[in-house]
Amino acid sequence: MREPEAHLQPFGLIAEFDDGERLVEAVRKARAAGFSRLDSYSPYPLEGMPEALGFHDRRLALLTLAGGIFGAAFGYGMQVFAIGDFPIDIGGRPLFAWQSFLMVSFELAVLFAVLAAVFGMLVLNRLPRLHHPVFDVPGFERVNVDRFFLIIFGDDASFEPAFVRGFLESLAPRAVHTVGKAEEPE
Amino acid sequence: MSDFSRQADRAITEDIVSIPLDFPHPRLWRLFFGMSLALLGCFFVSAAVLFVDGVGVWGINIPVNWGLAIANYVWFLGIGHAGTLISALLLIAGGHWRNSLNRFAEAMTLCAVACAGLYPILHLGRPWLFYWMAPYPNTMDLWPQFKSPLAWDFFAVLTYLIVSLLFWYIGIVPDLAALRDRAKSRGRQVVYGLLALGWRGSGRHWARWQQAYRLTAAIAVPLVVSVHSEISLLFAAGPVPGWNSTVFPPYFVLGAAFSGFAVVLMIAIAIRHPLGLDRLVTDRHLDRLALFLLATGLMTAYGYLAEVFDALYSGEGPDIDTLRDRLTGTYAYSYWAAVIFNFLPLQMLWFARLRRKPLLLFLVALSVTVGMWFERFMLLTTALYRDRLVSSWGEYSPSHWEWALFLGMLGVFLTPYLLFVRYLPVISAFEVKEAYRKTGRLEDA
Repeated sequence: MREPEAHLQPFGLIAEFDDGERLVEAVRKARAAGFSRLDSYSPYPLEGMPEALGFHDRRLALLTLAGGIFGAAFGYGMQVFAIGDFPIDIGGRPLFAWQSFLMVSFELAVLFAVLAAVFGMLVLNRLPRLHHPVFDVPGFERVNVDRFFLIIFGDDASFEPAFVRGFLESLAPRAVHTVGKAEEPE
Repeated sequence: MSDFSRQADRAITEDIVSIPLDFPHPRLWRLFFGMSLALLGCFFVSAAVLFVDGVGVWGINIPVNWGLAIANYVWFLGIGHAGTLISALLLIAGGHWRNSLNRFAEAMTLCAVACAGLYPILHLGRPWLFYWMAPYPNTMDLWPQFKSPLAWDFFAVLTYLIVSLLFWYIGIVPDLAALRDRAKSRGRQVVYGLLALGWRGSGRHWARWQQAYRLTAAIAVPLVVSVHSEISLLFAAGPVPGWNSTVFPPYFVLGAAFSGFAVVLMIAIAIRHPLGLDRLVTDRHLDRLALFLLATGLMTAYGYLAEVFDALYSGEGPDIDTLRDRLTGTYAYSYWAAVIFNFLPLQMLWFARLRRKPLLLFLVALSVTVGMWFERFMLLTTALYRDRLVSSWGEYSPSHWEWALFLGMLGVFLTPYLLFVRYLPVISAFEVKEAYRKTGRLEDA
């Protein structure tokens, strides 16, 4: 799911909770109520949250696998090419000794798999993104400490501020805030 | 719900994130940092002398052409492996107690691998041409000799450095975001803000982050095994008596984990009290680390026995001669020092009562660190100083520039590590919270 553009007005409505389990419950209820454009914010990964959000993205695992296969093939190919390009005879042993190329191939498979996993994660998460409209929400600075948030984005099909606010209030949060569009640089 | 339980998330962040923002012992830190800068200066001086005068300033020569530099390379790299093992292996195995240790253990890995990586480069003879080890199209029309363990090593160490750095960094990003949100000064907000990449704890981000983190961890465990196996092949793949043995790869990997756990244990004991982390790094954590140390130590001891058996069972004259040289030759002191420092104090860890005494644990770990250093030194010199023919017999004693470089390398290790302790969260706050919510106990977090 792509987030709405930062200049959307209002960007969304956000409810603040002080407990992770209640946030997972709130996300479940919001999805059951028909909202689909939503996200949660929490200080640590919550059990059951990916399922509650309907997160089924397995692309990262495939990317990592692809990275590993590419690394292995690239590593092996490079070594085979090198002995062809500059053959070195060592004690008359076979030029193409396939076993001796496995170590470097393995290392490069690991290297490219991890590069794919880490940078794939960043790209799919659209990070780095140094500013975001939710950072203007009062109290959001505690999201990495002990606060839990549920946002319903302003481009949800059934987004109507008063209705969404009423729904969020019904989840008994600590507070509900309107998220404005991000400040433009002056 | 107890008071702590209700406030746990906040209290954990407070314990960890307040350290870089309001360091508890700035004067003590400056003292240590000053000392490590002095050591770093020693590194630059001895490296400069080496660059100007060449490896002749070292005591190495034929036949002992691998001296302190390579022994320390193996030693540092081995120490580094424990950080990855604690972090990755226990993450996959679901050992929640790793969360209080993984961050500073991984930082230890990074510093140790950096030291390890420098040693072979300095040892090259013409260190400024170190990039010749990399395969790149060049005007000489040459490629590295890919059938040599020396070329494998270049890839192993480089991969290990990059993977450890990335694993550590994606693990620290959420805590950097907590620092960013709590920093008061503009400069810190900007620096931590840039490093945190705009992390905001989104549910979808966490889901992908967990995928990436676990995948990397799962890949990092076989990587550790492969890296130190390859290091052992530097020795085992050659025809030198005392090296040419299939025992070497597992023997090296276990010895690496052994020495690394010792260093992690020392760091845990050294930092937990001054930084006020007693609540997070508990006696139970030390107890478990000590058990790991005991287990890997016994496996390493088995490696010693297997090595002796291997030589005797082979019936090869030169192998048996090398064994005799190890036990009674010129460098027998290094063999017996390794045996005594590694395995004698270690036996105290059988007793649960003694595993709860931090000072004692620290001394045992220090002894293991020293013992493993002697082992690396012993493996090199005892095998090289007497080869098959009398013509290739010769003695080796490290010159003072080798010792100076070793001292300096401790500065290369300590300087970034002290900066890490001072300016970054030394424990993974969010992972401790997560584990606390799952297990309900800080001792298991």
